Amino acid sequence: MDPAKEEIVGSSDHDHDHDGPGPHGAPLTETQLRVKALESLLVDKGLVDPAALDALIDTYETQVGPHNGARVVARAWVNPAFKQRLLENASAAIAELGFAGRQGEDMVVIENTSKVHNLVVCTLCSCYPWPVLGLPPVWYKSAAYRSRAVFDPRGVLREFGLELPKHVEVRVWDSTAELRYLVLPERPAGTEGMSEEQLAALVTRNAMIGVARVPSPAKAARP
Amino acid sequence: MNGAHDLGGMHGMGPVVADRDEPVFHHEWERRVFGMTLASGFLGKWNIDMARYAREQMPGPSYLNTTYYEHWLFGLERLLVEKGLLSPDELRTGRPQGPAPDPLRVLRARDVGKVLSEGGSARRSQGAPRRFKPGDRVLARNIHPLGHTRLPRYARGKRGVIERDHGVFVFPDTNGMGLGEKPQHCYSVRFTLRELWGPGASRRDSVHIDLWDDHLEPV
Repeated sequence: MDPAKEEIVGSSDHDHDHDGPGPHGAPLTETQLRVKALESLLVDKGLVDPAALDALIDTYETQVGPHNGARVVARAWVNPAFKQRLLENASAAIAELGFAGRQGEDMVVIENTSKVHNLVVCTLCSCYPWPVLGLPPVWYKSAAYRSRAVFDPRGVLREFGLELPKHVEVRVWDSTAELRYLVLPERPAGTEGMSEEQLAALVTRNAMIGVARVPSPAKAARP
Repeated sequence: MNGAHDLGGMHGMGPVVADRDEPVFHHEWERRVFGMTLASGFLGKWNIDMARYAREQMPGPSYLNTTYYEHWLFGLERLLVEKGLLSPDELRTGRPQGPAPDPLRVLRARDVGKVLSEGGSARRSQGAPRRFKPGDRVLARNIHPLGHTRLPRYARGKRGVIERDHGVFVFPDTNGMGLGEKPQHCYSVRFTLRELWGPGASRRDSVHIDLWDDHLEPV
């Protein structure tokens, strides 16, 4: 499957609507009505502060995201002592950059090399390292990914456009506990003179989950 | 429980297809469900394992036919009623029938940054003595509890090797059922793909699963 194609994981939830009676005056769906009713109940009963709701949503929609993880990866690429700390005690090393907290309290960083390729999944729910990657994409939460990542990891990687040579060992990490996994991708060729900031701009979310490599800048520049 | 959520190894779920530039939320109602779930969690009436267990109790056909935040909505409604914060009548009619039960610790906007960055680790300083060390060969128990478990079905009865000892963590199988934290060692256990899926699987590859002492037996 060409990952460049704009498509959505086995889900009907892809029309990017914005609720409320839409431009065509469509009625609210049952789910929208249920959610509205629940929110007014919780607010009326004083169980939820609407301003806190907005702050929670804003944090994960506009502040936390894969740009955080990209900074961790870039730092590890330029600073061997940091990389060592990252692999030995990931939570503490990541906290040096100011990233910590909910769904990332106990981090583990696993390193991709020319011999080993790591891939992260959560087959039972959709556990994901929020402080460094934000909230998970739809495909990560999909039944398709959760069912197959542990059964046919090479096939899944192929669908992301990554064909691994036979001699590379694949290690899948099923996040069944409160450990949260971040893949440290290989630093691509052709980046020798780049700054930490330039490197961070190359690192993708998918590379930090392990379904992609970080493309070398020469390749990425081509159409 | 052997629910639809326990997806590892199932066939027929289709190809993995990624949306290239997807937004964090696809609908306004997803934002609200996300926010309400986190905010309600801070009321302190349930733990994260109970929240997972609540979502797992969505009937299998519905679970597979709905999206992630619909699972969250189902779980949240269930917990709010189960813990007595809303009555089934209130949930059905959408009309409040009285104040909330106790004085509650409600999350305020000014505290959001602080509570998120502090998080809440499931690591504990003390627990049961460890039963295994890295390199030990283990068998994942063949259990099928009706309640919550983090031992996925595809690993049960399979042999693996302890790869690393993560330390002492809350045990979700009891914590999710209101039976206490029962802190014990949690390990990364390496299972070869061949052990999990038979001779057709790649010889070189493996799955690492985080499991606790109570999930494992010595080989």
